[in-house]
Amino acid sequence: MLISFNNVTKTFEDGTVAVDDVSFTVKKGKLITLIGPSGCGKTTTMKMINKLIPISSGTITIDGNDISTENDVELRRNIGYVIQRIGLLPHMTIEENVSLVPKLKGWKKKDYEKKVDDLLDMVGLDPNVYKKRYPLELSGGQQQRIGVIRALAGEPPIILMDEPFSALDPISREQLQDELKLLQKNIHKTIVFVTHDMDEALKIADEIVVMKDGRVEQIATPTKLVQHPINDFVRSFVGDDRVKKASGSRGELLADTIMQPIQAEVELNNLPEISSKSNLHEVANIMLSKQAEAIIITAEDGKPTGIIEKNQLLKELAGIQKEVQ
Amino acid sequence: MDAIQVFLETIISRQDLIVERTIEHLYLSFVAILVAVAISLPLGIYISRKRKVAEFYIGVTAVLQTIPSLALFGFLVPVLGIGATTALVALIIYALLPILRNTYTGITGVDEGIIEAGEGMGMTKRQILWKIQLPLSLPFMMAGVRTATVLTVGVATLATFVGAGGLGDVIWRGLQSWNNSLVLAGAIPVALMALVFDFILKTVEKKVTPKGINS
Repeated sequence: MLISFNNVTKTFEDGTVAVDDVSFTVKKGKLITLIGPSGCGKTTTMKMINKLIPISSGTITIDGNDISTENDVELRRNIGYVIQRIGLLPHMTIEENVSLVPKLKGWKKKDYEKKVDDLLDMVGLDPNVYKKRYPLELSGGQQQRIGVIRALAGEPPIILMDEPFSALDPISREQLQDELKLLQKNIHKTIVFVTHDMDEALKIADEIVVMKDGRVEQIATPTKLVQHPINDFVRSFVGDDRVKKASGSRGELLADTIMQPIQAEVELNNLPEISSKSNLHEVANIMLSKQAEAIIITAEDGKPTGIIEKNQLLKELAGIQKEVQ
Repeated sequence: MDAIQVFLETIISRQDLIVERTIEHLYLSFVAILVAVAISLPLGIYISRKRKVAEFYIGVTAVLQTIPSLALFGFLVPVLGIGATTALVALIIYALLPILRNTYTGITGVDEGIIEAGEGMGMTKRQILWKIQLPLSLPFMMAGVRTATVLTVGVATLATFVGAGGLGDVIWRGLQSWNNSLVLAGAIPVALMALVFDFILKTVEKKVTPKGINS
């Protein structure tokens, strides 16, 4: 399930622009985290996917289908939803809570009963012990495990998670993050995970979307984000320490992550070439041996796709940002 | 010893009157509560979904509640005449507020996180109302009904002034004839009735409190 945001904007009734012309895609089976300081629009962005918050302009598509044309209730039954406040129904047993969506979707009794058992087993809670208990009889960590499997019960291809672990104690939080990572290895759901905790994002995400004031600042894999924050804001949000630490391994970055487009006036003939999949160590080696001021980056088919100049490479390896000239 | 003897004799000699008035009293209280519930519960559910108008309705019932009960009975006589109807209308008006307010508070007090989870899972508004909001607010509603019932049983003693009978009759006769035993013979059944109703409704309240809450 591919989720795609196309120039999505959300303006609330009081005029505040919570999400401002945001475009990005979430690839099938990937866990993407939306992160940013409070008020950056990350939760609003997420809640527009299951239409808990209506879009002001732009479109969101799931596998190419515009969600605005879909029935709210139907849509939501196929999107798992986990929230910070957990939101288990206190008057229903664990079994009833987990089987809610399957029941709404009209599953047969024996199908959802089996599903409940399987899911409880999956998060390490013995069905015979926990099935008939009520939510308030469980610890916070256990409750949120139920929250997670409740979202999985209807077998939705997409799951939205709104700061699901941030109200838990640090030990439970770590455990649930580990479990989610492990779980995702087996279930390959498309997950949109909102958090304000960079450690959490770096730990679990396949891709991180950094937001600020309703706009997307940067979209990158965790490794790339710490190695290559795009501006001061992202750098400070990621944390200077992490960026500095990561700059030790900047040489591992691939050439195509920092290459610039080739300008027409550049004379290409005398410049060395290197594959876009080479890392910066290799780039530096070639440039040194050829005494070159720049290097051409070639795509897999051998055609030039970009260029890296010496100064840029030096800055990159030194971990100096682009703005600092 | 004398006083008790006199009291017992009063009860025995007036037992027909007491029984009759007790039945009237029960009838007035019971019907008033039933009608008040039939009005307040749906109205409470309705205003919990239209919070903008909620204050208005609760305000109106609160103002009605502030009218001294004796005066309210008096106001209604020119309009509705004397008799059971007048008494019932007054009693219903009195019982509205506790039930309405408790229903409203119960429903709006359900944890937003739970509602959001329900919505996010694809429950319809109706399902959220029936499967989440009503079960979770039922104890509040019952508490409102309980308060209203005890109140009504007490206020129903004033029904006698609009010619609707009830145990107020017995009390008033006792007061007029300086007969304290007769006053007690009317007042004690009222108190007992209130206690019994309260006990029964308390039991119901516990019964309807969903398992898993308060555990």
